Order: sequence, then structure tokens, then C-alpha cells
Amino acid sequence: MKHFRSMTIPYIVWALAFIVAPFVLIIIYAFTDGGLSLTDASFSLDSFHDMIDPLYATVFARSFETGLITTAVCFLLGYPMAYFITKFDEKVQSILILLTTIPMWINLLLRTYAWIGILSDNGILNAVLKSLGIQPISVMYTGVAVNIGLVCNFLPFMILPIHTSLSKMDPSLLEAAYDLGANKVQAFVKVVFKYSIPGVLNGVILTFLMAISAFVIPKLLGGGQYTLLGNLIENQFISVGNWNFGSAISFILAIVILFTISFLKRVDPDDET
Amino acid sequence: MKKFHTSKLLYGIYIGILFVFFYLPIAVTMFFSFNSSKSLTHFSGFSLRWYVNLITDREIVDAVWVSISIAILATLISTILGTLTSIGISKCRKVIRELFMNINNIPMMNPDIVTAIGFMILFSSLRIPKGYYTMLLAHITFCTPYVITSVWPKVKNLDPNLADAAMDLGATPFQALYKVLLPMLKEGIFAGALLAFTMSFDDFVISYFVTGNGVSNISIIVYNMTKRTNPTINALSTIVILVIFVTMFIVRFIPYIVRKNKKGRNHILHEEIN
Repeated sequence: MKHFRSMTIPYIVWALAFIVAPFVLIIIYAFTDGGLSLTDASFSLDSFHDMIDPLYATVFARSFETGLITTAVCFLLGYPMAYFITKFDEKVQSILILLTTIPMWINLLLRTYAWIGILSDNGILNAVLKSLGIQPISVMYTGVAVNIGLVCNFLPFMILPIHTSLSKMDPSLLEAAYDLGANKVQAFVKVVFKYSIPGVLNGVILTFLMAISAFVIPKLLGGGQYTLLGNLIENQFISVGNWNFGSAISFILAIVILFTISFLKRVDPDDET
Repeated sequence: MKKFHTSKLLYGIYIGILFVFFYLPIAVTMFFSFNSSKSLTHFSGFSLRWYVNLITDREIVDAVWVSISIAILATLISTILGTLTSIGISKCRKVIRELFMNINNIPMMNPDIVTAIGFMILFSSLRIPKGYYTMLLAHITFCTPYVITSVWPKVKNLDPNLADAAMDLGATPFQALYKVLLPMLKEGIFAGALLAFTMSFDDFVISYFVTGNGVSNISIIVYNMTKRTNPTINALSTIVILVIFVTMFIVRFIPYIVRKNKKGRNHILHEEIN
């Protein structure tokens, strides 16, 4: 038996070096003020204090707002999608689900690049508008473009868990509800929606967390004008060189996300991962 | 019955519209990769010049090579590491196992940007020059947890005495592992490897922060080229997307076809018994 137990040693060492150590370093930088060097660093909460600065507080607020908008739009578009998919027979369903999954496997950069071609000022959208005689619009490098990119990207993460919950529902429950005198709306709210709540919870939280920590999409579709938390972190590390402040923001983001997901796992016993 | 059909049609239309939303940008990218001019809005004629550009552009060819070689190496190493760890961890005490699983979950749950700067700080503080090998190390680190989450549930379902039984029958521990355990975990290992490969191949954020010395993968090249219109990227996109599309269909439908054949056989068997 010992033979097999010792097989875990390489990865435990690996995990300590490459998972635990970087995290510890982020925490150290977040709670000190020594700049890039760790040798003359001393404990300080300055980085957290700096976040109250209106300049940075706006970024927090904007990330939160973007997260809410993306999640709401994903839910409003994704719920009907997940529900309608369950209406088809199993073979068709599996193809529809596969088609929903494929975009998730295509390189994020390439998908976002594709949106640039459509949304930019001399892109396809404006070419179409012009040929229809409508005033061209400027959406590239605005919050709208960022939100379109985020929704397009995260929609599958909303659709799939909701579909999973819905497909576990026994269709005879719905018939039973009708037999007991429920009308369509009542049957939907009291039976279907109730059944899908674990999926909705999963989808909503996942989408929100991914949206607030997005980095590539706001960078490419928002230009420099639309900074979210991820971009702020990048700025602190790449351009400004304030590792302490960058680490502090990362620390907060990581803690919020890790706690929310562990909470979600506790609530949803179906989730095996 | 008729009402049923019209509502299904409406469902179909809605699903279709969302698929347009998913696939239109991709389709447009692919379409303009065959454009003879540089324009991304006006199609002036069919041409393969961007594909020729693609294979003659050193920078892009190098990036494709980096992406593929890192994905293969990271998949190979993380699959071995993850599989051995999953088997080994089943023999550990529950407390250790739970602690371990929580640590293992960190790279999957943490936002990429946080993982990325964690690596950047680590490599900088250790004064490790950033480049190909730091990228590989980072990729192995974020791929292995996905392998473990795919393989571990399969290990959990195995009979815990399986290895002992094999060894009682005279197998060495290595034979027990190789001939008994691994074949039973095949599906999980395969799923984990596939996940690891795509995770590595798709990664941008982590690679971007841990690379240096001019080493770029496909994502980084695309990122650097988005500032100006460059149909060569469209050509690259088209190839990558087609490869992924075909792979996904094969991976998804091979088990289905196999199952269908089996079902067919079972059916015949059933008839014979009756």
C-alpha cells in the first residue's frame, strides 16, 4: 500500500511550490509596503486603504455593475434557451448542447478578435447600418462592446447548468400539476422554475464571478477606456509597478471568489467536482 | 398536435437566433480569411494569400509551435502526475485528502489573472528568467487539477481491494497499477487529458504573464496583432476553429456510435433469447 501512497509526493511538492507559494507571496505583498523587494518590507495596510480612493473605487463599482449587467442579460437570454432545448428529443438535445459547448472550447482571444471585426467603427455592423440608410454607431471601446463580448462568452456557462437541472425533472410532474388544476404560468413557476433553481444559482454565480474578474475582453473590446478589476491588477504589475497594491486587489478578488464557490458547493450537493 | 408543432418551431427559432449570436462572429472571421483584399467588411474576391502569409510568417509559425508543443508536454506531464496522484490519494487519510483537494481546487477556482500574477511574482522572486520553461511549468500547474478532478471520481468508484487482490495473486505493485488500475480508469484519464490539452492550448492570461524573451503562443500573438487589422489572424483562426470543431464532434460522437452498436448487439442478443 505504501507504494501507492508515495505516488502523491511529487504532486504535493509541486502544489506547494506552484500553487501554495504564489498565493502566499500575493498575501505577503498585499500586507506589506516594501515595494518590489521583500527583504525590507514591513506590515502595512496601506494598499487596502488606497482602494477607497475614488479613482479605484470607480473600478470596483464598474466591475460590480458590469458583472450584474452581464449576469442579468445571460440569465434572461440563457434561461429560455435552456428550457427550450429540453423540449426536443434526446438526440436533438445532445446536438444542441454540443453546439452550445463548442464556443467554450474555441480560443477566447480568437472569439473576441472576431467581435472586433464586427463592432469596430468601420466594421460589419456599421457597414450593414450604412447600407440600410441608418446612422452608423460607435460601440467599440465602450461598455456596450465589453458587455456584448462578456455575454457572448459566458452565456454557455449559464445555459448548461440550467439545462442540467431542467433535464433532471420528470415531465410527468408537469402533467400532474395540470391535472391538479394549475394553469401554464403556475405550473411553470411552481414546478419548472423550482426544479431549475440549483442550476440557476450555479449559472448566475459562475457568470458573475467570471465577469467581475474578466481581463481579456474588457482589454480588447473596451480599449484602455473601460478598466475593470482584472485590468487594474495588470496595470499595477506591468505599467505602474506597484506590486503591493496589485496584490491587495488580487487578494480581495481571490478571497471573494474562493469563498463564494465553496459556499456554492456546499449548497449544491449534486456538484461532484 | 398542430399547436405542439408551432411552439416547437418558435423554440427552434429562438435557439437559432442565439446560435447566430454565438457563431456569427466566428463565421465572419472565417469568411474574410478568404478575402483577396485586406478589408474585413468588403469581400473583393476569393484568395488564399492570407494562408500563404500564415505559413511564411516566422513569428506566427513559431507561436503555433509553442502552443502545440506546450499543450502536448503539459498534457502528458499533468496526465501522468494527476493520475498517479489520484490513485495515491485514495490511500491517504481523509483529513489529508480533503486538505489536498482544497489546495488542488485553487487554480481552477481562482481567476486566471490572480493565478497569473502569482506565478509572475514567484518567478521574479526566484529570479527565474521568464520564457518557454516558465510557461510550461505554469501550464502543468493549472492543467493537473483538471486531470485530478476527472480521474479522482473514477478512482473513488473502484473497489479499494483491487490492487491488493492483484498483488496477492503475484503481481508487483507496478503490474497492479499498469494492468489492473490504469485500464479501469481509462475513461477518466482520457477525459482529463482532453481537458488539459484544451485548457493549455486556449490559455492567454497566464501565458501572457509568465512568458518572456519573445516566446509567444497563439493567444499572445493574436493579442499583439489585434491593434491593427490583419487577415492573417483570420486565416489562423479558421484553421484553429476547424480543428477544434472536428475534434469535438469526433470525441462527442465516437462513444455515441460505439454505444449504439453495442445497443444494437444487445438488442439482437435479446431477440435470440426470446
